[in-house]
Amino acid sequence: MEQPIIEIHGLSKTYGSLKAVDNLHLTIQRGEIFGLLGPNGAGKSTTILMLLGLTEPTAGTAQICGLNASRHPIPVKRKVGYMPDNVGFYNDLSALENLKYIGRLNGIPEAEVTTAAKEMLISVGLEAAMHKKAGTFSRGMKQRLGLADVLIKRPEVIILDEPTLGIDPAGVRDFLELIRRLNQEQGITILLSSHHLHQVQQVCSRVGIFVGGQLLAQGSVETLAANLFQADPHVVQVTLRDASAVAESDLLQLPGVTKVDITATAIEVSGQSDITPDIVRYFVHKGYDVTGVQKRTYGLDEIYQRYFENNLKENEVHNEKSTGLFQRSFRGRFKKR
Amino acid sequence: MKSLLAYSKDHSEAGSKNVSPFWVMVRKEVADQIHSWRFIIMALLILLTWLGSMYVSMSNIRGAMENVPDHDTLYFYLKLLTITDRSLPPFHVFIGFLGPLLGIALGFDAINSEQSNGTLIRLMAQPVYRDSLLNAKFTGSLIVISILFFSLNMLMVGGGMLITGVHIEGAEFVRILCFVVLSIIYVAFWLNLAILLSVKFRQTATSALTAIAIWLFFTVFYPILVQIILKGILPDPSMLGPEQMAIYNEIRHNFLLVIPSQMYTDGTTTLLMPVVRSMGPLTMEQMAMAVPTPLPLRESLLITWPQVSGLIAATVACFAVSYWLFMRREIRT
Repeated sequence: MEQPIIEIHGLSKTYGSLKAVDNLHLTIQRGEIFGLLGPNGAGKSTTILMLLGLTEPTAGTAQICGLNASRHPIPVKRKVGYMPDNVGFYNDLSALENLKYIGRLNGIPEAEVTTAAKEMLISVGLEAAMHKKAGTFSRGMKQRLGLADVLIKRPEVIILDEPTLGIDPAGVRDFLELIRRLNQEQGITILLSSHHLHQVQQVCSRVGIFVGGQLLAQGSVETLAANLFQADPHVVQVTLRDASAVAESDLLQLPGVTKVDITATAIEVSGQSDITPDIVRYFVHKGYDVTGVQKRTYGLDEIYQRYFENNLKENEVHNEKSTGLFQRSFRGRFKKR
Repeated sequence: MKSLLAYSKDHSEAGSKNVSPFWVMVRKEVADQIHSWRFIIMALLILLTWLGSMYVSMSNIRGAMENVPDHDTLYFYLKLLTITDRSLPPFHVFIGFLGPLLGIALGFDAINSEQSNGTLIRLMAQPVYRDSLLNAKFTGSLIVISILFFSLNMLMVGGGMLITGVHIEGAEFVRILCFVVLSIIYVAFWLNLAILLSVKFRQTATSALTAIAIWLFFTVFYPILVQIILKGILPDPSMLGPEQMAIYNEIRHNFLLVIPSQMYTDGTTTLLMPVVRSMGPLTMEQMAMAVPTPLPLRESLLITWPQVSGLIAATVACFAVSYWLFMRREIRT
């Protein structure tokens, strides 16, 4: 099997008494789009900084492209492109100049740097704003410029920290499309962190749920859903014109049905196996007016929600650390009253 | 895009000499400084004082030259730099005053503006060493300062030569060069102090104000403080005999030597006025057999060396502290 491009073993980072990242194990294969999901202050950014060798881990190792990130940060940074969550540019320089500077820092020869930078700006769709000062850019444009900035070094891995933060929906769609294209056309491995579940769900081949410095689960969205909702993995929602006469006991007679919820016009049937045809046949047979049948699939929202429910207690502890000292003392005082 | 990839790979592997990231950064820093308004304003200010003091010394040079008793120690160009009719201080005094401001203006937001802009973390994600940034900031500003001072002084020499046609002596030229180097070191000290504060404080306003506060403390309050302390621990100078007075003055001078601007003033005075033979007061015994001629270059350099090394030490100390702080700093905002 091919060597994984990112290997994290027992990675921990503590700031004083606070554990930002706690014994993290993670493997990412070449060509994947991996989404790191978690609330603010879960330790996503710290993990990313340790992957880049920008922060020293307290324990454990992070291997990226076969290199130890904290031992050899320079070769790692040559192969890994990183876009921080609050990407900033030199406001007095134009987009092209900003990009050329990064290109030069990455050792692109002077003769080629202008062509390369222009090429990059065109590929992210900023050719019209090439000579505009970066200070005048909108958030979405900055994000695109940030992507060009990451791509100019021809990375093997791209790490994006909250890439969709503060962009409008159309911008997000374009941006994610760009990421997907990069992954497909150039085989670049992408690690992105986010707390926007839907967006991550759209592009990621695998996700990891990261709460309070710990990776609670990882896998594709489907596997995560299957693991989590083992009790009744299949839910069918049937909408009727009038559902008041439906007998719950009849439905429970059907093979595999474990739970039935009846409201005024809708019936939710949960079961061990997929028996949608049986359910529909039952209603049609009984002469009910079926207006809609919907098979419920579990998305990240539900998965995320479920994990939060399970980790509510832990979360409370961890949320405490992300709020400032002032708030903590304030809260403490408030509680005493 | 793929063709471009192949293209750039071919070229970088062909061994075309790439500029190291450090020099790329220096280049950008120099360009940034030259384009920045604060540098333009400071440079204009210095240029104006230079023009003013040159005008004053040009118009007074005739009188000064006539007073020279012996013609083989003319030092025309040194006089050009130092002579004044009291209406305007000479150029080196101006630099003693404006130099700190120039250094502070060039360095006060070196690191913290990058951090608040979000460019610091982006830079650090590039394959560059962390200290390169700090070194580049310092080197870039130093290059700008050096060019400014060299060109002003060379303009002075060249202009004087064109107008008067007086021949410049080797020793004189070296003295002027040493003066330029000393001025650069002096500004470099303030530059480094400002960079140190920019690493220390997150807000550019805080670092700028702190730097100016330190400068004001040394130029205004420290001499007053020394005066008060001396008054407290030493007897009243008016009651002292001449020899005790000399000791008194020496103690006072030693206290003042802590100030960078005092070091600079002492250094430049020795370099630009060859007749000065000691920084402290001289006793009658020391003066008794002395020939009242200008000192040779080597002797002047020896006298001024403690000051120069003091300034260099202070500069290095500031740089070392900022280096230490910056390398240990958590990079995220």
